[in-house]
Amino acid sequence: MFQRFRHITALAAAIAAVQLLTAATGKEFFLTQLTMAGYYTLVIIGLCLLMGYAGQISLGHAGFFAIGGYTSAVLTTVDLSAWKAAPAISLLAKSGILTGRADLYGGQILTVHPWAAFLCALCITIVVAFLIGVPVLKLKGHYLAMATLGFGTIIYSVVLATSRFGAADGISSVPAFPLLPGLAVTGGSSQRVANYYFAWLLVTVGMLLLINLIHSRVGRALRSIHGAEDAAGAMGVDAARYKLNTFILSAVYAAVAGVFLTHYNGGIGPSEASIMKSVRYVAIVAVGGMGSLWGTLIMSAVLNFLSLRGYFGTFDDAVFGSILIAVMLFSPEGVLKLDIRSLVGRWIRTDRKAGA
Amino acid sequence: MFLELFFQYLVAGLTYGTIYAVVGIGFNIIYNTTGIINFAQGEFVMLGGMTAVSLHAFLPLPLAIAGAVLVTMAVGGLIEMLFIRWLVKPSVLRMIIITIGVSILIREGALHLWGEGIRSLPYFTGNEVSAIEIGGVRVSPQVLWALGVAAIVVLLLNVFFHYTMLGREMRACASNRDAAALCGIPTRNMVTLSFVVSAGIGALAGCVVSPITQTQYGIGAGLAIKGFTVAILGGLGNSMAAVGAGFILGILESFSIWVMPTAYKDAISITILLAMLFARPSGLFGNSEAARLKEF
Amino acid sequence: MLKVRNLDVAYGSLSVLHHLSLHVKQGEIVTIIGANGAGKTTLLRTITGLLRPRSGSIRFREEEIGSLPTENIVSRGCSLVPEGRQVFAAMPVRENLLLGAYVQFKRGRREEVHRDLERIYGLFPVLKQREHQLAGTLSGGEQQMLAIGRALMAGPSLIMLDEPSMGLAPLIVKDIFAIVRQLGKEGGTVLLVEQNARSALRIADRGYVLENGRIVLEGAAENLLANREIQRAYLGKDVDAENK
Ligand SMILES: Nc1ncnc2c1ncn2[C@@H]1O[C@H](COP(=O)(O)OP(=O)(O)OP(=O)(O)O)[C@@H](O)[C@H]1O
Ligand SMILES: [Mg+2]
Repeated sequence: MFQRFRHITALAAAIAAVQLLTAATGKEFFLTQLTMAGYYTLVIIGLCLLMGYAGQISLGHAGFFAIGGYTSAVLTTVDLSAWKAAPAISLLAKSGILTGRADLYGGQILTVHPWAAFLCALCITIVVAFLIGVPVLKLKGHYLAMATLGFGTIIYSVVLATSRFGAADGISSVPAFPLLPGLAVTGGSSQRVANYYFAWLLVTVGMLLLINLIHSRVGRALRSIHGAEDAAGAMGVDAARYKLNTFILSAVYAAVAGVFLTHYNGGIGPSEASIMKSVRYVAIVAVGGMGSLWGTLIMSAVLNFLSLRGYFGTFDDAVFGSILIAVMLFSPEGVLKLDIRSLVGRWIRTDRKAGA
Repeated sequence: MFLELFFQYLVAGLTYGTIYAVVGIGFNIIYNTTGIINFAQGEFVMLGGMTAVSLHAFLPLPLAIAGAVLVTMAVGGLIEMLFIRWLVKPSVLRMIIITIGVSILIREGALHLWGEGIRSLPYFTGNEVSAIEIGGVRVSPQVLWALGVAAIVVLLLNVFFHYTMLGREMRACASNRDAAALCGIPTRNMVTLSFVVSAGIGALAGCVVSPITQTQYGIGAGLAIKGFTVAILGGLGNSMAAVGAGFILGILESFSIWVMPTAYKDAISITILLAMLFARPSGLFGNSEAARLKEF
Repeated sequence: MLKVRNLDVAYGSLSVLHHLSLHVKQGEIVTIIGANGAGKTTLLRTITGLLRPRSGSIRFREEEIGSLPTENIVSRGCSLVPEGRQVFAAMPVRENLLLGAYVQFKRGRREEVHRDLERIYGLFPVLKQREHQLAGTLSGGEQQMLAIGRALMAGPSLIMLDEPSMGLAPLIVKDIFAIVRQLGKEGGTVLLVEQNARSALRIADRGYVLENGRIVLEGAAENLLANREIQRAYLGKDVDAENK
């Protein structure tokens, strides 16, 4: 119980420490990538719950990220002012769901308010996750992997083939997402620090939720599903429902990240829906140690940051491919679980002895 | 006019169907001996095509193709020996992730080696515009090459699996690995061999259709999904049914252009895959009883 | 011929065999009897390399085989007829038998293979009749005969059988035991694992009793047959079964 809060406090401290460090060393521009890494981390911890605790693989999570991002991007950029006269549109405009703003060229346009778009994206995600989840989660092993991969590919090819979604170019000039007066999710450098904290606040809240979930009755049920589905069924655990709820929850995490990252970047492109993105999420969950939320969180922050800063150069995808293979070959429990923990443990012990 | 268009689509469907069928067979061969779905299956087709194009720069076409097939077979065998052979009873999840990792590495390797350019082999006989008239329909000779090679591959595989000792040993290994080991059959070598064989036929297919469909470093992932769809349609593990399923998928896809924008072609086949998985995972042709009896 | 010393085998953290030792001499028929879950199958699978021992030694003809892969153990002359028969269902009887002769083909002994095939057909005439039938369509008894035939095709110097009588009608069980006895008479060495303790002990020279992964008794077969404890624990069950 206390350990949980210790971990969360440590996370909060680490978040603040990183920000102070960048400020102290004058590397504040790192915060941009750290913010993006935060949103990806949100996707990844959600996937970690699904893979590590419910034991279901998803090779289509980039699809949910894209559903969130694209829904929000389309709704907040489509100009409805031509239909201003229509009663439905004017009603929406009066109720504040629609909002007017100046576009890139100074013209006045009428679009959906980001908050409304956000809710809309969530609803669509939940519905899609439900519709896909019900049949897909009946499958196991290769079938489940291929079905989720198929789902991801469909989203990708639909995005790529539809002009409304900007086809290969994606959607740009997505407006800022107003959070509080004076605070908005946007890539502008004046809001850089605030955005960094907001992204990681989301991650922290997400972690808190997941951790409480894992330690609740639901978490125990999930673990029993992972262990042996038939046995779980015999114990009266409604495995299908738990799996579905977990699937939907992890899809929502992905969609929320998709929405905010799209507003942060001011746009979204089809690569966010690509299979490589989905595979990358799986890779990071695997490196973190399936079923270790904290391991996954740490690996996600580190790897995403390095990747976004371009440290892997043109070998970006190859790096993640190699990571996948290496982890699965040598340490399927994850990198942190095996070595570092025992190493650190040993180190602390010898340290204490030395101190005493 | 209508009829002519109809046959155009049919021929296009058959061409793509050939390659889907061969990828599907490749899936089945490896699945049968190992119980693994090799997500890198489509990469073999890409490697075959790309290697042949490179070799053709200084070798005559037949030698370039033979060389490409051999190189890809070596890669297939190497993959098995490096990443699969020494794992003791790995979980399905682990194998999925490893073969996905392998496919990414091959793809990235190809990207660095060959770049993003689209390449293709020359037409085996004639060129893009030459055509043979069959019953009033004009068909590119390359399509006949593709169909012919596919037919020969299927025939040879059948002979191999049913009438040679080595083929029978592989089937024994597929049917019951422990029992095969108890006969003294070196089962791990059979697994390596299954990777070599399925890499080889994938590469050959990649060469034969390359003049028509062209080759690029990234085509593998899409082909893998199509090939898997075909394998599922035919019933996982049932190689010969994959041939029929391959043509069905190719033709369906080709005719979908009639009713849907071309860009959604891929979405069609995946929707078929999903529908199959949900409704009839044992395949179109088999009943679930037969699906359990693995056969080549 | 076969010497097992202090064998420990476990599935993950579940330890199944504990410090198990036994031996089989040339020309002997040795039986291991034990209840369900005693670890009999585990033992045979470990000897043939399908499972890896945690510790202990397995020597076959003075050679340590504990770490060899299955195919090498088989090619050294140690064959197993696995529990539940496990024939190649989608292949005809003849192909099953020829696959059993893999190690012989490897040594280039084609002649011997065809002689062995005739011998198997002599032992099991029914297999000759069904030569071209798919193995999966044979009856249980026929499949068991095929499994034994397949193992014999390797020309083993030690043949191990895992519950050959399982799920078979008494009449067929009798046939099968007669064959095992005949193998012994012809100078073969047999390690027979059985729950059908009475029949097994009747044809065996020596026997071991396995309980919870430990050998609790061993001795000449007739002594075991006469042993009161065994009569109560293992033969009593037999009597009940026969009275049914
Ligand atoms: N693959 C496995 N994984 C985990 N435990 C196993 C496995 N196979 C067997 N066991 C366990 O090992 C023990 C011994 O099993 P084994 O099959 O060797 O018994 P047996 O004596 O052959 O029984 P039977 O007479 O029923 O065939 C049992 O408790 C069984 O549950
Ligand atoms: Mg047993």
